Amino acid sequence: MASETGIGAAVKRKEDARFITGAGRYTDDISVAGQTWAVFARSPHARARIKGLDTAAARAVPGVVAVFAGADLKADGIGDLPCGWLVKSKDGSDMVQPPHPPLAVERVNYVGEPYALVVAESLAAARDGAEAVAADFEPLPAVVDAATAAGGDQIHDAAANNQCYDWELGDRAATEAAFARADHVARLDIVNNRLIPNAIEPRAALGEYDAAAGSYTLHTTSQNPHLERLVLAAFVNVAPEARLRVISPDVGGGFGSKIFVYAEETAVIWAAGKVRRPVKWRAERAESFLADAHGRDHATHVELALAADGEFLGLRVRTVANMGAYLSTFASSVPTYLYGTLLAGQYKTPAIHVEVQAVFTNTAPVDAYRGAGRPEATYVVERIVETAARELGMDPADIRRRNFIQPKDFPYQTPVALTYDTGDYEASLDKALAHADYAGFRARKAASAAAGKKRGIGFSCYIEACGLAPSQVALSLGAGVGLFEVGEVRVDVTGSVTVVTGSHSHGQSHETTFAQIVSDRLGVPFENVTVLHGDTGRSDYALGTYGSRSLAVGGSAIVKALDKIVAKGRKIAAHMLEASEEQVDFADGKFNVADSNQSLTFAEVAFAAYVPSNYPLTELEPGLSEKAFYDPPNFTYPAGAHICEVEVDPETGVVAIERFVAVDDFGHIVNPMIVEGQVHGGLAQGIGQALLEHGIYDDTGQLLSGSYMDYAMPRADDLPNFTVDTTTTPCTHNPLGVKGCGEAGAIGSTAAVMNAVTDALGVPSVAMPATPETVWRALGKAAAGGQGG
Amino acid sequence: MHPFTYHRPTSLEEAARLLANADDGAYLAGGMTLIPTLKQRLASPSDVVDLAAVPALAGIDTANGTVTVGAMTPHAAVAASAAIPALAELAAGIGDPHVRNRGTLGGSIANSDPAADYPAAVLALDAAVRTDRRTIPSSEFFTGLFETALAEGEIVAKVEFRVPDAAAYEKFPNPASRYAVVGVMVARTGGTVRVGVTGAGAAAFRATALEAALAADFSPAAVDGVAIDHEDFNSDLHASAEYRGHLVGVLAKRAVARIA
Repeated sequence: MASETGIGAAVKRKEDARFITGAGRYTDDISVAGQTWAVFARSPHARARIKGLDTAAARAVPGVVAVFAGADLKADGIGDLPCGWLVKSKDGSDMVQPPHPPLAVERVNYVGEPYALVVAESLAAARDGAEAVAADFEPLPAVVDAATAAGGDQIHDAAANNQCYDWELGDRAATEAAFARADHVARLDIVNNRLIPNAIEPRAALGEYDAAAGSYTLHTTSQNPHLERLVLAAFVNVAPEARLRVISPDVGGGFGSKIFVYAEETAVIWAAGKVRRPVKWRAERAESFLADAHGRDHATHVELALAADGEFLGLRVRTVANMGAYLSTFASSVPTYLYGTLLAGQYKTPAIHVEVQAVFTNTAPVDAYRGAGRPEATYVVERIVETAARELGMDPADIRRRNFIQPKDFPYQTPVALTYDTGDYEASLDKALAHADYAGFRARKAASAAAGKKRGIGFSCYIEACGLAPSQVALSLGAGVGLFEVGEVRVDVTGSVTVVTGSHSHGQSHETTFAQIVSDRLGVPFENVTVLHGDTGRSDYALGTYGSRSLAVGGSAIVKALDKIVAKGRKIAAHMLEASEEQVDFADGKFNVADSNQSLTFAEVAFAAYVPSNYPLTELEPGLSEKAFYDPPNFTYPAGAHICEVEVDPETGVVAIERFVAVDDFGHIVNPMIVEGQVHGGLAQGIGQALLEHGIYDDTGQLLSGSYMDYAMPRADDLPNFTVDTTTTPCTHNPLGVKGCGEAGAIGSTAAVMNAVTDALGVPSVAMPATPETVWRALGKAAAGGQGG
Repeated sequence: MHPFTYHRPTSLEEAARLLANADDGAYLAGGMTLIPTLKQRLASPSDVVDLAAVPALAGIDTANGTVTVGAMTPHAAVAASAAIPALAELAAGIGDPHVRNRGTLGGSIANSDPAADYPAAVLALDAAVRTDRRTIPSSEFFTGLFETALAEGEIVAKVEFRVPDAAAYEKFPNPASRYAVVGVMVARTGGTVRVGVTGAGAAAFRATALEAALAADFSPAAVDGVAIDHEDFNSDLHASAEYRGHLVGVLAKRAVARIA
């Protein structure tokens, strides 16, 4: 049984039937009696002073129930939206955290920032009301470009030079010494383009207030409902934690953008208490573009010092990170602890020094987006490694081999804080080279050239750190929350099983993967396992899903709980079979007495636990339900090798991806079909960043790429058939030996594509996204003998 | 969407009368532009006059060297028609299946979106635009950005395309919207060559310099010698005017190569 539905089986997803038939239950599908609708009035200006706000006309619109401004929330004691990670600058000072009121009070600081909330009997009336809110704005000069933000008007009173922090990591002196003895230094200026997440389901919220109990319930599109509850209760003062329940039902994609505690959800749950009726809000796609946290947006100068034989001696990185107008929930951690710490990559670079200056601009807040810091780090490392190989005339595969951390080196302490537990980077690269038919590349390039096309190949050997951990280390580095997970296994009377997890699935298929683990460990039929998640009223406090942590952290908690179930089951079985506990083992769903034919099924033991006629009640509590918390001792370190082969049409600049190979080491894999799907999705997003996606503001801070007419999402016909494979070095420190696979595709692929494009063009650098015109212009420069842009 | 009065007339006369009597009326063809505009509250007409039930606007007829397409014919029907393969190919490349089954020829050309595909065909296939009042030659129809020769309330009834000896449409799609960044249709009939260009300028236009060069020598090489003046071309975040000018030449050459 376990072989078909247990760990390692490509079981079809439990979720598919309801999602494919349109029977999912998303926040917007939930309507309740007496429900009202919310629409936000949003700033048309990137930066302006609110000189006056007249809501009388809005209140007079038929059907409008109430109109709230920032001052109303403030007067009611509603606090600012906090940032959950305190980063310190080089000089030891705390980062600047400017006030971030849920509704703007005196100033607006990005286009789309909400400044008033209209609650009405219908959505149409709420829209009419929002249009009737009369704000008297005094526009101010906007600061848009991060690289020049320091010289712009000061956005926040507390942030001189618009600086949030100036952070560093690594050994500056050792790095300088490495450069001093280098035979060669490779240099690149890199912009990691701003992305807009675009989950298929826009954010939504339904706030309810129970006047009799004085309690609130918020249905919302959150990746981590407990975090949402904690922040709303403890920091924003919406309600005491015990009187606030947050439920995330089916959620249609997050990619990080639904981790954060946003203004809209906050205002909606508060407003429900004010109007004493349910309040529903659902973002329009245009609102998602403007007001969901964006991703990436780094400008980086990187230098790699090498010996003549290609040995890496030192890496120096200076990055300006755009935080947007305010610090979103985890914004500060992304370009620091999730970025600088990854700059060793897969290599034994002995000295690394990174400096990150985070700045405020009049753009939407920037926070974690699929990969969160790690794609940016991989892009920096893998672009400069490829550049160095070309400059030294080395094969890009060989220069990587020359510098890989070897299997014998683990555990490996990097110069940038992390300790990698295990890996075999050469194994993944070798497998990828074979899939990519690297040996045949020169012939394919010649064939392309004969047809007037330019072919290129690019590598990316990435590493990532998943399952952010351990709690005490993160807390010592400024994290505001612990990083453990909870798993609860409730065995039903008849032996079926309900799992309650603190992880949250918004596309990751936890209902299937976790059920496979239970089926495997308890021998219970897969279909008899139900996984519940996404409700603070159901699970203990836990941290939800982000950073590819669900299986490695949430799955480990479930395994710990399963171990407790088995341990108790053995006690019960020993009593029933009149054997000693030591004589009873558990295998294939049966408790067996050693050297006998005596056994009990798991269901028989479960039944006895709840109908305890033959049961040691004096020694053992009845029931079979266990819970465990799991705090990981370390990150997990998925790693792999991506190889991309492109063909460029020099007449138009169009880049076609001819081959894409991804070989990933995710440790043990529970469901290979689901993992492959995760990889495919990640690759699409990483390739999208390289060739298509770009969040662009104009000089006045207006979002130019604010709809699908102008923001190019990757589509199936933009992508090749992927070749996806795996290698396996099990994680050494969690019970399943798993690492996490959710972000790898997005982390590894972007650099592989851009390395291939620059290889095809014969230029050192091309701006992302490599749109047809960008590539066409780079070709013109290449033909003229100049340098690429 | 703001409230409006919806009408569904069954004749051109009734449709024109309803619009004339409205405070601020709008015709609804396939709704591919109007409906999103209404939903975004960027337009708030008092009356919407739906042309879907007017029999005179339906159907595709081929006779005497012309293909007559009713204005309310959806792109999918044109894509499935056989008389002018280049026109069918163009229609098959508009939007996605939803758009092709709702969007109409008449709606597209009456809107004169600079990035729409059909205008290139109207020009290259020397179409006559028949309205409820008169016939407008293709070269006079597109007058500017979202501007046409249609008078207030005038309805496009049919478009008569001339069947060419050979024609080909080459499109460079916007990666986001899949509208045409540039689209070029080249059509040859006897010794006459017509080149319709969409996407590049404020409205679709004929590339007369290319036409002259190709009339003299209908070969891809003939395109090389023609300078495309891009001074007044569109420039946006997807393509500069200079790049659009370059694409006009590339696409024209590819179209010629397919039929030379």
